[in-house]
Parts: sequence; structure tokens; C-alpha cells
Amino acid sequence: MSKILVIAEHLGGKLNSSTARAVSAAAAVKAEAIDVLVLSDAPDAIAAEAAKIDGVSRVLTVARPENAHPLAAVLAPQIAKAAAGYSHVFVPSTTFGKDVAPRVAALLGVAQVSDVMSVEAAHAFKRPIYAGNAIITVEADATHTVVATIRSASWAAAGNGANSAPIEALTIDAALPTHTRFVELKQGSSDRPDLQSASKVVSGGRGVGSKENFDIIYKFADKIGAAVGASRAAVDAGYVPSEMQVGQTGKIIAPELYMAIGISGAIQHLTGIKDAGTIVAINKDGEAPIFEIADFGLVGDLFKLIPELEQALG
Amino acid sequence: MKILVGYKRVVDYNVRIQVKPDGSGVVTDGVKLSANPFDDIALEEALRLREKGVAEEVIVVGIGPADLTAHLRNGLAMGANRAIHVVTAEAVQPLTAARVFLKLIEKEQPGLVILGKQAIDDDANQTGQMLAALWDRPQATFASKVEITLDNGGAGKATVTREVDAGLEVIEAELPAVITTDLRLNEPRFIKLPDIMKAKAKPIDTIEFGSLGVEAHDHLKTTHYAAPAKRSKGVMVKDAAELVAALKQKGLL
Repeated sequence: MSKILVIAEHLGGKLNSSTARAVSAAAAVKAEAIDVLVLSDAPDAIAAEAAKIDGVSRVLTVARPENAHPLAAVLAPQIAKAAAGYSHVFVPSTTFGKDVAPRVAALLGVAQVSDVMSVEAAHAFKRPIYAGNAIITVEADATHTVVATIRSASWAAAGNGANSAPIEALTIDAALPTHTRFVELKQGSSDRPDLQSASKVVSGGRGVGSKENFDIIYKFADKIGAAVGASRAAVDAGYVPSEMQVGQTGKIIAPELYMAIGISGAIQHLTGIKDAGTIVAINKDGEAPIFEIADFGLVGDLFKLIPELEQALG
Repeated sequence: MKILVGYKRVVDYNVRIQVKPDGSGVVTDGVKLSANPFDDIALEEALRLREKGVAEEVIVVGIGPADLTAHLRNGLAMGANRAIHVVTAEAVQPLTAARVFLKLIEKEQPGLVILGKQAIDDDANQTGQMLAALWDRPQATFASKVEITLDNGGAGKATVTREVDAGLEVIEAELPAVITTDLRLNEPRFIKLPDIMKAKAKPIDTIEFGSLGVEAHDHLKTTHYAAPAKRSKGVMVKDAAELVAALKQKGLL
């Protein structure tokens, strides 16, 4: 039987929803136990959130001052030790998980399965390669620990509220390196919903034309309660910061509603939105590739159409 | 200091890959091959560090079959001093690649190893992190800015800005260290014709994979390839009012 250790992702004392998505993947393995590991300098509030996620058996916490920031070199030796006795270690496939999970796998001397989209059996998984243009089924060696990152856009977050899993403090005897140090995190402060987990996302592309013009996207997003994203072209042109990039090399998201405004639809962008529920495209070029995958397309000038949309919303 | 750069050959990023009808793999016969774009960025960064006087030597490393030589020549034409070709007919998985790099590190003693954050064929995003773990050294993944400061004793540190989901994270890593590149780190230079001629005189060391003593056991077996589910084309609406009505009907607004 499988015992799965899910590594919690958190920031600023709050659990990231990618954790509950990784728990969903763990539940798909039909594990006899799903434990969530919280590594932090102050794990209590985060652990309390994790304990409510449906399907979680136990929440384990490691409180150390070195865990104040998610440095892979510091976290990996602790995770590798904590992994003893587990058949699987699941980590969200976010920049956090992509950074730390391979380091854990290497310490354990095992391969890693990246970006798990579906669980076929306890040791068989589907994952995308070639920017999602092919989906492979991989089988991991059943005699080794499986280390996997879980593609957030493929999994709904496990429910929460009904569970209250026990929380236990762990002491992990691992020497931690000091060769890597956190300096700072430069974060755009925003009251808008989080791009990765929002149910609605409005994205702007090169067609928006400038940093100033992007205000029209923000304003419309606020009107419908959406997060704001952007294409790589808009980020490269300096209209918006890089953390807003949606696509193969940015965030891969699966909102219920995705509105692509002034985005032509390069393959690398489409890779990031394939799992969205409903895709709306607004573009002045009726031949733009984005219309090939959009559920609803509207051809026209975005600066004319967005005010009209706002008006139609009342 | 020496900089070791991973330089993988992959199916060109402009090629729309096709899955074979029997699910046994993807079609690669006659398909254009190029350097992994993230590896071009890694090489460019290494060359810039050499031009700034931070490094003396840039070495590109490739792992692959005998015909990989032509690809490594491109890395030399771009400006690397020399190349190391680890020869194997088999595709290697990230853990094996990391073990190969560790062997080369023991021999070359580089101050920095720069790799692409992922190869655009297997999209694994693992080798740099695995190498840093095996080497027991810092990793700075998804770098969009790299600054190296060296003190007189020869020790140094890298201050690296990383593109993370929450924004831009800055970390300090003592050297030697592993850096993996993100797209915005730099724009790689183009190879000029005279450089291609010059590259022919640059050395390529050939090492048989089997002579490195690296465990080649792959833990992952790919059993099936499939084309992704396609999204079908939807409907075109005529104006804003019709769009809002359609989205309201679906309960999305």
C-alpha cells in the first residue's frame, strides 16, 4: 500500500492552493495515508489550514528558523529525511516545487516524475512533454520512492472544512547548509485574486500596446472579479512584471473563465491555458490562432470593445 | 575560473511534434534539431562572464551519439573555448545526466555550472537541481539576472534574481554553484560565419559514457505516447452584448 508525503507550499504564513491540488493527486493513488509536511519558521497557522483538507491523514511540521524562506538547498535534506517510510513524495509543480523536488529526488537517488497530469496506477502517471504536444505514460520503479511534481492545472483542489487531521511536530536531524542565502522577494502588491488559483482570469497581450494602456485590462478584471495575466510578448515589452506571464514558461493555469485580450495565441501561450474551462478571445485580427481554440471569439478593437463589455455588464 | 555549460541538442522549438500512430514515440526522422533554447541562454551568460573577466574558460558539455559533434561545434562557434562530448547512443534521463556532470566537475573543478532550466523535449526541469544536490553545492534556478563577485582569495558568490511565481526572488549563493537559466536572462548572440571557421580548430574532448563509471539505470520507463486532447473551435459572436449574454448563460459572469 502507498503512503504519500505531500510537501506544503506556503507564502507569508498562508497555505498555497497548489498544496490541496497535490493532495487530490495523492488521493488518486488510493493511498492508505496522506501526510502533509509543513517546513517553516512558524508553521502553526499553515498546518491548521492543511489539517482541514479532505483526505489528509496527518500534518507534520518542522519549525526551524532556517525554514523562513523556501531555499531548496535548505529544505531538501529535511524532506529527504522525512520521506523515510513513504512510498511517494508529491510536491506542487510550481516554481517552489520545481526547485526543491529534484534536489530531494537526487538525495534519495531516485528519478523524478515531473508535472503529473493523471494517476494511472500507484507507479504509472501521465505527463506532458514537448510543451504539451505529446502526453506520455511513465512507469516508475516500484522498489524506489516516487518523487513527483503535480501539475496544478490538471487537478482540482481537494475540498476542505470537514477534516481536522492531527498535527504533529517533527524533529529532523539534518545538517543544513549555509552556502545559500535568501536576500529578498520583490512582489507586486495586489488586491486582485491570485493568478494561479483564480476562477476567472483576464489576460492582455501585445495588442494592449503599452504599460499605461494595461489599465484598461486591470479595470475590466476588477469589474468581473478576475485575476490579471499577460502573454510573454506583453511581459517582454515591459507592460507588466514577469510573475503575470501565462504560458509554457510562465504560469500554467486552469480558470473556469479565461479571457485573452489582444493576444494572438502563440503555441507557448496556448500551452498555459489549455485546461481552462471557457476561453474567450478578443482580437482585432480575425485570423489570429487564439480563435482556433477559443470557445467564444470576438473580432474588433479592444479599446472599443472593453468599454462596451463593461456597459453590457451593467 | 572555469564555467561548465550544458549544451543539449533537441528538436527545434519551431517544429510541431507529431506522435506516432502506434503510440511508440514521437516522429523525429528528418526533423530539424537545434540547441535547447535555455542552453543557448546559459552559454551566452557564460560568455558574458568571460568577457567581463569573471571567467577565463567556458566549456560546453554534450551527452549524446557520435554525430553530436556538429552541434557542439555550434557552441564553439558561439564562443566556448572547448567542448566535452560524452558519447552514448542511449538517451539519458536527468539523474544520469547530473551524475555525468558531477564526474566532469571532479575533473574540471569549475567555479560555476550553468544549465538551461529545462530542455524543451522532455520538459523535465531537473538536471541542475539534481546536480547541485549530488555536488552538495548551492542552486539558483530560473535565473533572470546573475551577478558574480569575487574576492581576492578567489572565493566568490553569485547574486541571482530568480523568476518565481510570487515575483522576483533574490538569493546569494557561494561559489561553486549551479545556476539554471530562465528566458529573460539574456538574448543569445548569433553565430557569425568566421566564427564557424574558427570553431573548427577548437578542441572537443571525447569521453565514452561507459568509462565514467556512472550508473546508467533509468528508473522511469515510458510505456506510451499520445497526442494531447484537442480543444475544438468555438463560435464567433458579433458584439460585446452577445458575448456577455453567452457568458452569463453559462454562469461565468
